[in-house]
Amino acid sequence: MRYLPLTDDDRALMLARIGVAKIDDLFADIPAGALASGPKDLPPHRSEMEVERILKRMAGRNLTASTAPFFIGCGAYKHHVPASVDHLIQRSEFLTSYTPYQPEIAQGTLQYLFEFQTQVALLTGMEVANSSMYDGSTACGEAVLMAHRLTKRRKALVSGGVHPHYAQVVQTVSHMAGDEVEVLPADVSATEDLLSLIGPDVSCVVVQSPDVFGNVRDLTAIADTCHAQGALLIAVVTEVMALGLLRSPGEMGADIVVGEGQSLGNGLNFGGPYVGLLATRQAYVRQMPGRLCGQTVDADGRRSFVLTLSTREQHIRRDKATSNICTNSGLCSLAFTIHLTLLGENGLRRLARTNHANACKLADQLSAVPQVQVVTQSFFNEFTLRVPGNGARVIEAMAQQGVLGGVPVSRLLPEQSHVQDLIIVANTEVNSDDDRARFIDALRAAI
Amino acid sequence: MSSAQGRPTAIGESTKKHKVSFTGNRGLQMEEPLIFEGGRPEVSGVDLAEPEPFAMRLNGLERDTPMGLPGLSEPEAMRHYVRLSQKNYSIDAGLYPLGSCTMKHNPRLNEAMARLPGFADVHPLQPQQSVQGALELMQEVSHWLMALTGMSAVALSPKAGAHGEACGMMAIKAAIAARGEAQTRTVVLVPESAHGTNPATAALIGFTVRPVPAGPDGTVSAKTVAPLLGPEVAAIMLTNPNTCGLFESEIVEIAELVHQAGAYFYCDGANFNALVGKVRPGDLGIDAMHINLHKTFSTPHGGGGPGAGPVVLSQRLAAFAPVPFLRAQGESLQLVEDAQGTQAFGRMTAFHGQMGMFVRALSYILSHGVDGLKQACEDAVLNANYIKACLSDVMSLPFGQRPCLHEALFDDDWLKGSGITTLDFAKAMIDEGYHPMTVYFPLVVHGAMLIEPTESESLASLNLFIATLRELAFAAKNGEVERFTSAPHYAPRRRLDETGAARTPVLRWSPLQAQG
Repeated sequence: MRYLPLTDDDRALMLARIGVAKIDDLFADIPAGALASGPKDLPPHRSEMEVERILKRMAGRNLTASTAPFFIGCGAYKHHVPASVDHLIQRSEFLTSYTPYQPEIAQGTLQYLFEFQTQVALLTGMEVANSSMYDGSTACGEAVLMAHRLTKRRKALVSGGVHPHYAQVVQTVSHMAGDEVEVLPADVSATEDLLSLIGPDVSCVVVQSPDVFGNVRDLTAIADTCHAQGALLIAVVTEVMALGLLRSPGEMGADIVVGEGQSLGNGLNFGGPYVGLLATRQAYVRQMPGRLCGQTVDADGRRSFVLTLSTREQHIRRDKATSNICTNSGLCSLAFTIHLTLLGENGLRRLARTNHANACKLADQLSAVPQVQVVTQSFFNEFTLRVPGNGARVIEAMAQQGVLGGVPVSRLLPEQSHVQDLIIVANTEVNSDDDRARFIDALRAAI
Repeated sequence: MSSAQGRPTAIGESTKKHKVSFTGNRGLQMEEPLIFEGGRPEVSGVDLAEPEPFAMRLNGLERDTPMGLPGLSEPEAMRHYVRLSQKNYSIDAGLYPLGSCTMKHNPRLNEAMARLPGFADVHPLQPQQSVQGALELMQEVSHWLMALTGMSAVALSPKAGAHGEACGMMAIKAAIAARGEAQTRTVVLVPESAHGTNPATAALIGFTVRPVPAGPDGTVSAKTVAPLLGPEVAAIMLTNPNTCGLFESEIVEIAELVHQAGAYFYCDGANFNALVGKVRPGDLGIDAMHINLHKTFSTPHGGGGPGAGPVVLSQRLAAFAPVPFLRAQGESLQLVEDAQGTQAFGRMTAFHGQMGMFVRALSYILSHGVDGLKQACEDAVLNANYIKACLSDVMSLPFGQRPCLHEALFDDDWLKGSGITTLDFAKAMIDEGYHPMTVYFPLVVHGAMLIEPTESESLASLNLFIATLRELAFAAKNGEVERFTSAPHYAPRRRLDETGAARTPVLRWSPLQAQG
C-alpha cells in the first residue's frame, strides 16, 4: 500500500521490541467479539489510476458551472479566482500544517490570520474580526448566541430577507438551546416592518443585505431602533464581493457582522468548504466565538503573532465556553486573504462594479421579455425575477437547454406558496454578453 | 515563571538580543512585513477592465469612504505568501507527533480529485438532475462510513468535529423530545478526560454537564458510571479510544447500563483512526459518533481547517438526522432539503456539507480499501507502541506498561526536580527540527505529553525521533536546564509573550499602530 512505509520485516522487529507476539496483542482491551466481527464486504486497495478512473466517472456526471452559462447564486457565487491563489494554498507548509498551537514554528499561518482579520474588519467596517468560522450560516447561528450572552436576553428576530438556510440554522440552534426565535415571512420586496417588532425582550435582529432576493437594504433605522431598545443588530452578508461597492454594515450601525467569504478565493465546491466571517465591536471581543490571532513580541522583542484570548474557548472553559468551536476555516481564509490582497482596494471596487454592471445589463434586457418581471428594485449582482407559472419548472427547462439560470425560490421556501413563481438570478464578472443572450433565449423558450 | 498549564507568564530570562543581520533575515529565513505595510490600494495583481459607465441601482447605499485595503502585484504577492509559508512546520517537512490530532500524510491524489471541475465547479443549488455524480459521491462516502462503523445512518453536513458532536447531540435531544422526556432528561455525563468540545457541546444544546471521573488506569469503569445514571440523564459522551490513547475496555457494559437507564450513548470518534477497518463502533452499542475526516481519512488540516465531521447514527436515532439527506428515487438520487414532513431535527448549515472533503476522504478510502485501512490502523498503533516501548525507561508513563492504541501518553513525573517543564521539553524539540507532541492534554495527567506518530512514519524516521527524545531526556536529567528553558533558539521566533497578547489584545493592524 503506497502510503504505508513499514515493511513486514519492520513490523516483526517492532513487535519484538515491544515484547508482544502479534499485532492483536496491542488491541487486547477490545472485546473479542467486536474484534472478530469487523467491517465486511468492502473492496480492497486500489492504484492511483483506478481511483482516478472511479472519481472522474462520478465527476463527469455533473454539469459544471464553467461549461454552461451560469446564473446561480443564493449564498454561493461563481467568480474568477487567480491561478496563483490555488498554487499558494497548496504549498505544503500551509496545506499540511496544524492549528498554530506552537507559534514559534507557525508564524506563517498566524501572520496571514492577522492580515485576514484586519481585511475582514476593514471590509465590514467593524473594529475586530475573528480568524474565520465554518461558513456564513454557522457564523450567523453563533452570532445570535453571542448576542444572547451580551444582552442577557434570549429572543432573536430574523428578517424575511435572510437566506432561508441561514434562518433554519438559527432556528435549529435556538430551538435546541431553548431560546426564542421569530423568523418573518419571505420579504421579497424589502417592505417588512421590522421596527415595530423590536421590543425590550429582543436580543438581536438579524438582517441580510443584499438580502436573499437581492435587495440592498439600508440598515441605519433598524440599528437605531435596536440600540434604543437595548438590542443588537446582526448584519448578514452572503456575497462579500458586494462590500466592495456598498456602504459597510459597520457604517450603518451593525453590532455584529457575519458573512460568507466564499466569493473571494474559494470555488463553489458543491457547498463547502467555505469560509465564515464574523466581525464586531472591540467591546464585545471577549464574547466572540472562534479563534483569534493577536500581535505580541518574542523573547528577542521581535513582532510576532499568536492565538489569543483562548480563555473564551472550549479547551479551557469546557461547558462555560463561548462556543464549542474548535477550528476555523484556515485554508479557505488563506485563499480569501490572498485573493483580496491580489485585488487590492481598487481592484475589488472595479470587480464589484463589474458585477453590478452585468446584473444591471441583464435586468435591462429582461424588461423586453414579455411575461417576466424583475421584482427587485435595487440590487448588487443578484435579483429576483417573476416568471409565469412555476419557477422550478422554468429553471429545469433552462437547464435542459444547457443554461443554469438561477435558483427557484420554491427550493428554499417550499411551504410558501406565494413565492413559487419567483427565481433568483445572479450575475458576476464571469458572465459574458453571450451568456446573457443565451439566458434570455433559454428563458423565452422555457416559458 | 509558568502558569498552571506550564505556559510562560512573562518573557523568558534570556531576553538579551542575539546578533541579527542588517535585514533581520537569517539566510533563508526572511522577515516579512504585513501586507498593510508593503501594499498600496491602487496596486492590483488582477487585470480587469473598468465597466462602461452605467446607472447604479444600489438604493443610494454606494460606499463613499475608502476602506484602506492594500493590494500587491502578482510577483509581490507570491513572494509575500511564499515567505510566510517558510515560517511554518508541516507534515510534509517532518514528523508531526501531535497526539489526538492525527497528522498523517495527505496524499496529493486527493487534492487532484477534489479539484476535478465536476466536483469543484458545481453549485450546491444546481438542479439535482445536473449533479447526480456529486450525489453519487456523497452516497458512496455514506456507504463506506456506515459499513466501517456498523451504523444505520449518516448525517454528512456537519462542518467539523465539534459541529458533528453538536449534530449527534441534537439528534439525541430530538429523540428524547419525541419520547416526551425533553423536560426531564437534561443531564449529560462527560468524563473528565474528555476533549473540551464535549462539555461545551452539551452546554450549547442546553444540557447540564455531570463529570465522570477517570479511574487510576485512565479509563472510565462501568462501576463509576452506574451511580451517575438516572431518569434525568439524556446521554453519555465517551471518547473511544479515549484521550489517553486507551481503549475504554468496559464500553459494552457502559453502553448497556446507559441504555437500561433510557439514555443514549454518544461516542466521540476523534480517534476512530485507531479502530478503522478493524472494529465497528456499532458493535459496541453506541448511538451516535462523529468522524473527523481530517484525522482518520487524511483530509489536510490546512493550518486549522477546514475540517469535516459527518455523524453516524444508530437505528434509534436515524430518523432524526438533519436535512439535507439523500434518498434514492428510482434510478436517481434525491437530496431532501426540507425538514417539513420528516422527523429531521433541523439544519446544521447552509447547503450540504464539506463536499471538497468528501472527495478527498473517498479518494483516501478507495486507495486504501478495507485491507489498507486495517493495515493503516495497525501500523498507527504499532508505531505508537514502539515509541512507548523505546522511551519508557527514560520518560514516565502515567498508566504503566499496558499497551496503548494510536498514541502514547507520558507525564512529567520524570522531569520532577529538573527545573524543566513539559513546555520547555516541547520547545527544545523544536530546535531539533521536530514539531512538539501535544502538551498538557489530556488534563487528567500532570504535564501530559501525548505522542501520536501515525502510520505515515517509516521505522528509520521513528528511530531518529526516539534517539532525539532520548538524547533530550538525558540532557534534561544531566541538568542542561538552559538548553530547555530558553528554547527554541533556532526557530523563526523565540518564545512569545502570550500573556501580554491576551492582556492587551491587538487583533488587527491599524494605521495608528504604524505611526506608533
